[in-house]
Amino acid sequence: MLGVESVVKFGVVVFPGTWSDRDCGWVIDQVLGQELTYLWHKDADLKGCDCIILPGGFAYGDYLRTGAIARFAPVMEKVGEFADRGGLVWGICNGFQVLCEAGLLPGALIRNASLEFRCEWTNLAVERTDLAFTSQCEEREVLRVPIAHGEGSYFADPATLSRLEQRGQVVFRYCDVNGRVVPNANPNGSLHNIAGIVNARGNVLGMMPHPERCSEAELGGADGLKLFRSVAESAMKVLVS
Amino acid sequence: MDERRLREVALTPDEYRAILEQLKRAPNEVELGMLGVLWSEHCSYKSSKALLRRLPSSGPGVVQGPGENAGAVEIGDGWAAVFKVESHNHPSAIEPYQGAATGVGGIIRDVIAMGARPIALLNSLRFGPMPASSRHFEGVVAGIGGYGNCIGIPTVGGEVYFEECYANNPLVNAMCVGLVRTDQLMRARAEGTGNSLVLVGADTGRDGIHGASFASLELDERSSERRPAVQVGNPFLEKCLLEACMDLSHTDAVIAIQDLGAAGLTSAVAECAGRVDGAGARIDVARVPRRERGMTPYDVMLSESQERMLVVVQRGREREVESIFEAWDLTSAAIGEVTGDGLLTVFDGRDEVARLPVKLLTDGAPMRRLVGFAPEPPYGLDLDALPPPADPGASLLRLLASPNLTSRRGVFRRYDHMVGDSTVIAPGGDAAMLRVKGTRLGLAMTTDCNARYCHLDPHLGAQLAVAEAARNIVATGARPLAVTDCLNFANPDRPEVYWELEEAVAGLAHACRLLDLPVVSGNVSLYNDSNGESAIYPTPVIGMVGVIDDYEKRLGAGLRVEGDFVLMIGSTHNDLGGSEYLKVEHGHVAGRPPALDLTREKAVHRLILAAAQSGYLHSAHDCAEGGMLVGLAECCLLGGIGVRCPAVRPEPPLRLDAAFFAESPSRFIVSAASRAMPEMQSLARRHNVELSLLGLAGGDSIEFEGQLKVSLAELRAAWESMVAV
Repeated sequence: MLGVESVVKFGVVVFPGTWSDRDCGWVIDQVLGQELTYLWHKDADLKGCDCIILPGGFAYGDYLRTGAIARFAPVMEKVGEFADRGGLVWGICNGFQVLCEAGLLPGALIRNASLEFRCEWTNLAVERTDLAFTSQCEEREVLRVPIAHGEGSYFADPATLSRLEQRGQVVFRYCDVNGRVVPNANPNGSLHNIAGIVNARGNVLGMMPHPERCSEAELGGADGLKLFRSVAESAMKVLVS
Repeated sequence: MDERRLREVALTPDEYRAILEQLKRAPNEVELGMLGVLWSEHCSYKSSKALLRRLPSSGPGVVQGPGENAGAVEIGDGWAAVFKVESHNHPSAIEPYQGAATGVGGIIRDVIAMGARPIALLNSLRFGPMPASSRHFEGVVAGIGGYGNCIGIPTVGGEVYFEECYANNPLVNAMCVGLVRTDQLMRARAEGTGNSLVLVGADTGRDGIHGASFASLELDERSSERRPAVQVGNPFLEKCLLEACMDLSHTDAVIAIQDLGAAGLTSAVAECAGRVDGAGARIDVARVPRRERGMTPYDVMLSESQERMLVVVQRGREREVESIFEAWDLTSAAIGEVTGDGLLTVFDGRDEVARLPVKLLTDGAPMRRLVGFAPEPPYGLDLDALPPPADPGASLLRLLASPNLTSRRGVFRRYDHMVGDSTVIAPGGDAAMLRVKGTRLGLAMTTDCNARYCHLDPHLGAQLAVAEAARNIVATGARPLAVTDCLNFANPDRPEVYWELEEAVAGLAHACRLLDLPVVSGNVSLYNDSNGESAIYPTPVIGMVGVIDDYEKRLGAGLRVEGDFVLMIGSTHNDLGGSEYLKVEHGHVAGRPPALDLTREKAVHRLILAAAQSGYLHSAHDCAEGGMLVGLAECCLLGGIGVRCPAVRPEPPLRLDAAFFAESPSRFIVSAASRAMPEMQSLARRHNVELSLLGLAGGDSIEFEGQLKVSLAELRAAWESMVAV
């Protein structure tokens, strides 16, 4: 575990229309006791953060297409450079959509198969535990994490999809309570039940479910905290090494 | 004056004469339009104001009662809960999505104007039967979700009912709850002559002109022509406006914030000035940022464009405020100043286009003296003619699958109810609860109204609505604190409707007084009729908040532990009048609603709160519509645990159908460990409340020995039949 002085600096990006910024900030600051900085969309400066979070919301209203405008924000150019240098970038919900639009992750998030917004608990099968984002998870662990989106159905062309599968870039899949990846457990029609993917290098994660909403027992579960802990731990290792 | 012109601005010839008398001259066109909107029922409460004075509005915890953008009560640790419920019925009837969306947007701004951060949304919805009313239902649910989900405020509670009487007049009531430090509560008072009036947020367009007047008329076949009177919402813009207004607390340059809602700029300026004795305002419409060309001063003064706020700023410090809005890419414009002449003077550049006494606008509308007349009491009910339930298990399944009792999961999963990381009791049980971050406090909240009871007896029905809302709060372990009400009625010019309004307000006042619940904010929506017929049931919706000192002691509705004792707290009588059982199983809407003894009600609340505080209870659920069996089924389904009970042997005169399905108020179904039983029994004795053992939690069915046995799977299939819709 982390010592008292060893603090990781998380940067949470705030676009106009972002709303999970404060929830992510709460977990980082109040639950995990790590350092927190909010990064304003107009500022082209990442302020020396170890991990950048693109949180949930409706950036710029998502009026054209989810994430389509946000990718042009001044801060995003720096996020791209940071990712290219191997920095940790974590897109949650709307942040995942922004990462796809920005080309930092392949594929796209399209309208839910139900054509409706869905806010409910889902089960996620963890398929990678060697990543900075999941190191505290166990092999094949099932996490209970809620979703809240209208456009979270993961889509990619067959070639991209098979490349993702071959390289093991699928990190989370919607599953049932026993970890079986079955159609009934898929809340939005995502191809291959995909809930989250990582880039080939393993430093850019995008996921539709909201770990920041389940990092304390009183909110219905604390599985999400494992992901925040993983990042804190991994970023520490980088700092030490 | 041309009568047609008067009708356009929704003024009567008598009201026009009153204007001439008070103004001592004829108003010009702009002035006529301004008076028309502010004297509309929606803004002036001219038919209901006298009645509303009967409601208790003060109490030890009240920090702001009616008359402001929203009410506020202290909840502890220096925090106040700010809340209000408001209707958006007429717009939602015509354009369901935008009507509902802008209803949500408007109520959020009311809370922001108090300096509070909105933390939760609730609603109360009424539609005609499905599938005929699916356009209303789908549009409204999508509109509520569309706005709340985008702006990032969780929608945590609400109710949906389907009744024939709402087929042409759906009801859409939205409630918002916010939090503010008690010493940072703001009030929308235009203090200080010379201070600046700054208009912020969206540009002004022609949308929603005459919206307030439109909401004060019956709907008819020409109503769809009024679609331009329905505004269009932009939740993204409101999110930016919300954050910018929160940032205003960093400066002390702001005197007041006022929402622009019904009657737009006219109402915002007049209300803000009207709250300060002798204050007036001078504004220049030429400085109002426009969305389109060619708008007249009349258009600007009456526009109901959404997502706008009026900020009163200390003279000379406008720049500080403007820079806060600039950071969020929001327009702000200094459009005028506070004066000390008691007049609202409107310029268009150099030309004066209107000059009216503020008090004439805000308090000048002649109060209407309406006459109530009690109609024949609705159809009697002969209980002796009802056959006993042939198969109570089958009745239970039909009740659970009936439109008013099925699970609302299909609705609330379309609302983001978790954003904010505070929802510690999610929708689906009794009241919702949000924790107050940085404290142990839990804030419980609910909306409630059984309008069928109000139809059968408005006085008793309104009392029952207050009592049930309070029970919902108590079921979570929280103390009820205060009420906001939304009075939805038909055309009060009809004596039987005005009688309903009088009776309901009297019942509301009585119940609130006896349960120590001040009514701190509210709204009245009249003229919910179509073509002079098909009036709605009187629907006085109650919004309520309550507090628990330590949210770790909160209770859910679902059973939690196998082997627990499942208890009925409170007594059951032959209360089948107006019940769901009577409607679903026998096709009647008849009889008297259940009798309510508010002293007993209070005693039951005290017992439950004491038991929750002492940690004796594992769950608590309000036993209401559908009666004991439906309540028990909900406890089982929410907890995923069945219950085994001995046969019910009611003591005469209690009937068997009543034992299962009567909707006697002042009852809870609770569960507790067997070792807590002696304490529960002594608590019940001390509070003089009946406690009876229903059965033991366990298994995967509901069983009453020899009377019924239904599996949880069957119950769930029936209960969730609407989820797939």
